[in-house]
Amino acid sequence: MESSLVLRVVGKLLIPFILLFALYVQFHGDFGPGGGFQAGTISAAGIVFYALIFGLDKARRVVPDRLVETMLAAGVLLYAGVGVAGLLLGGNFLDYFVLDQDPVHGQHRGIFWVEAGVHITVCGVMLKIFYMFASRGQREEKEE
Amino acid sequence: MSSGGVVEHFSYIATVFLMVAGLYVVMARGNLIKKLVGLSVFQTSVYLLYIAPGKLIGGTAPILSPQYTVYSNPLPHVLILTAIVVGVATLALGLAIAVRIKETYGTIEEDEITALDNARQDMEGDPGR
Amino acid sequence: MAFAVLALARTRNLFAVVVLSGIYSFLMATVLVALDAVDVAMTEAAVGAGVSTVLLLGALHLCKSEEAKPAHRPWLPLLLSLATAALLIYGAMGLPDFADPNAPIHQHVVPRYLQNEIDVPNVVTAVLASFRGYDTLGETTVVFTAGAGIIALLRRRKHPKAVLASFRGYDTLGETTVVFTAGAGIIALLRRRKHPKSGGGGDGK
Repeated sequence: MESSLVLRVVGKLLIPFILLFALYVQFHGDFGPGGGFQAGTISAAGIVFYALIFGLDKARRVVPDRLVETMLAAGVLLYAGVGVAGLLLGGNFLDYFVLDQDPVHGQHRGIFWVEAGVHITVCGVMLKIFYMFASRGQREEKEE
Repeated sequence: MSSGGVVEHFSYIATVFLMVAGLYVVMARGNLIKKLVGLSVFQTSVYLLYIAPGKLIGGTAPILSPQYTVYSNPLPHVLILTAIVVGVATLALGLAIAVRIKETYGTIEEDEITALDNARQDMEGDPGR
Repeated sequence: MAFAVLALARTRNLFAVVVLSGIYSFLMATVLVALDAVDVAMTEAAVGAGVSTVLLLGALHLCKSEEAKPAHRPWLPLLLSLATAALLIYGAMGLPDFADPNAPIHQHVVPRYLQNEIDVPNVVTAVLASFRGYDTLGETTVVFTAGAGIIALLRRRKHPKAVLASFRGYDTLGETTVVFTAGAGIIALLRRRKHPKSGGGGDGK
């Protein structure tokens, strides 16, 4: 696929927009359809697109295995961390209204960080699964 | 509670059709990957089962706005969002197991795998894993 | 959608099956938009037609097979399916009519969710992240567990020292220890090694 000029050019044009769109969907989750899950899948799809066109090795250099595995766990920890922050500030687990003086603004903050955590985990998991399947095939071809 | 006949319950009939089609694929086909696709069809029909009763004619998507007064029910949407993501997680794990089975047995047809297992048991005489 | 599913059941070429499942997911997303479920439609399109198709194609490339001709006539599954369908339709006739505003699901909790207490216009996000945030924490953990399970299933075992070194990084991220115990169980179930280095080595903890 690396030799196809059309794919390379279109890919270079589209991938930044895909990643930007993922961020848009993430942050506009409060006002329109969207939110963490959709955004995570879209940003993972952008990087999978890059890997399909330019090769798995290049994609692994841009988004290394270590980063993906850290993203997996970091998202869940971020979510749980917001919950614990609610505990430390005087409310129950996952209470958002204690996160700020104005309880409504506290809700906004809580939802922002929680959705960010979800985005990171979902993106990490989708990427990791793709890497695992793709590299399994690669190594089999090398061994044969 | 319900007074209608078949027409008012059309959404349920469509759901049941898709569900049973998915169930048939899981039961009647031996190929592991096809079974997994049938399972995902089954799961998708359940999404329809939950979301269809939430719709109100004349309502709109549940995004609050001063122009609208009637909203479709947001609760099933929340539950099904979770269900979709869990469904793809299940599919991914199932496919990983299928890949491992392929590497071990050399095939992903259910009949051949059972035959290979039985043959191995007969040859080695061990209780088998 | 009915045609897509019927074609899916009959086709034996697995690549066609994967493409048909993508078509089915897109059609389902369209139906969901018609039912006013815009968040769900976006997720179903992204996940069902996007990620799911990529995963199936990846697995298909690794398995490289066509479906064999079925060995026995599928009368029993067909009979069971039809019987289940009849039972389900009989039960579904008692459920509320389509778009009935007096149905129970519109009565209990939803009027409160629609009150806009927390000033987030997208009610689905508000419910998902705030009213029912605990469920979403569980769901994120499920997604994480799936990722960890895939790592456990499809990992290539290198020299044992390399394995230990790569795991020291995980211990600092606390949570994964529990999950890798589960992964070790899966490995023990599905692993077949040629040389006798198998056995209770587990994950090198």
